[in-house]
Amino acid sequence: MDTTRRGMLKSVATAAGAAATHDLAHAQEKDHDHGQSHQAVPSDPALRVKSLESLLVEKGLVDRAALDALIDSYEHKIGPRNGARVVARAWADPAYKQRLLTDADAAIAELGYGGMQGEHMRVVENTPKVHNLVVCTLCSCYPWPVLGLPPVWYKSAPYRSRSVIDPRGVLREFGVELGEDVDVHVWDSTAELRYLVLPERPAGTEKLNEEALAALVTRDAMVGVAKVTARREGNPT
Amino acid sequence: MNGVHDMGGMHGMGPVQNEKNEPVFHALWEGRVFALRRAMAAWGKWNIDTTRHEVELIPPAEYFELSYYARQFVAFLEMLVKSNLVTRGEIESGIPAKGQPKATPPLTAEKAVILVAKGVPTSRDVKVAPRFKVGERVRARNINPIGHTRLPRYVRGKLGTIERDHGVFVLPDTNAHFRGENPQHVYAVRFAARELWGEQAAPHDAVNLDLWDDYLEHA
Repeated sequence: MDTTRRGMLKSVATAAGAAATHDLAHAQEKDHDHGQSHQAVPSDPALRVKSLESLLVEKGLVDRAALDALIDSYEHKIGPRNGARVVARAWADPAYKQRLLTDADAAIAELGYGGMQGEHMRVVENTPKVHNLVVCTLCSCYPWPVLGLPPVWYKSAPYRSRSVIDPRGVLREFGVELGEDVDVHVWDSTAELRYLVLPERPAGTEKLNEEALAALVTRDAMVGVAKVTARREGNPT
Repeated sequence: MNGVHDMGGMHGMGPVQNEKNEPVFHALWEGRVFALRRAMAAWGKWNIDTTRHEVELIPPAEYFELSYYARQFVAFLEMLVKSNLVTRGEIESGIPAKGQPKATPPLTAEKAVILVAKGVPTSRDVKVAPRFKVGERVRARNINPIGHTRLPRYVRGKLGTIERDHGVFVLPDTNAHFRGENPQHVYAVRFAARELWGEQAAPHDAVNLDLWDDYLEHA
């Protein structure tokens, strides 16, 4: 194995591309094979990571059960449904909303959420006059306890570079057109504060209970690149 | 450091591509890299600022060539070697060097669940006087450190307003290099979009950054 960084990079890069291509191809087949979970072909990064994991386990440096527990947490337990419940509670309960905007950590903990990469939370409210957009230009900081791990686009160069200089252009690509009477406030997560957008409650939802409200709230709306609509339009969480 | 990771305001990166129904990890190895990094951090040989800086040290062309988890993996290997937890020879062969006692992993499955639930706060409960007040006009300092910093280039030298005092936090610039936590106040600082980007920006748009005392000076 080539252990120089350049050598390491070359194979990781090439094989990562190959794995991504495979995943895309497989995703298209998914409907035909009853949604079996995708499995990367034995590619170079897969082998390298496996080899490193074996080494670390053999040296007694890591416990495989801990690795499985970490992955399980973010694949199955922690995700944007948490944030959606926070938003729905804020819409349904004005006193909760007030606590959420002034002391987000405590308010989010009321619903049982908190922890890694959400130790210090702040919630910013969209209004008819202000639209908030969250980014991390320097890396990919994201509020894990309420949104899970970030999607690829959030970590990508286009989003990180453009959100601060051309937020309205980025929003347009996500299908959000803002009028001149709406101010855009971008939040660049440069420190350990993690941001959650409290979207505007859509009209026509007055009769919905908290659970039904939560079902309307998308991940993208809580990052600030989408609005919440009364009728859900297939926006993935 | 003035690296390509500091990309706020750069042009030419193309459109944002939003993948529908995106999985948490696109391949098994991505999840393993994610978990290995957290599990090995329990040895206390580095901190979150070190991990960010190690990614910044990836040369620019390679930084763009690699996917997010590939960058994380490459940076992780560097940290393992620098902290003497493994040698390059061991990574190369995949076999532990002879004659070393087997260690006991600090992070068990039970502790991993606690780690996820509790996190690792970087605020510090120490009395440090804030240098600035809410509402005060400030200027982001024009500094160009060769090491780690969380002061992006696009706000250096620009005028902003202190919007909120978040309290006292560890300073990444020293912490990343094991030169002390240097706890100090962090503020939300609001910059008018036109102060940052000129007339092309909408008149009332703003960009907010969380900045440490050391990054700011009185306007």
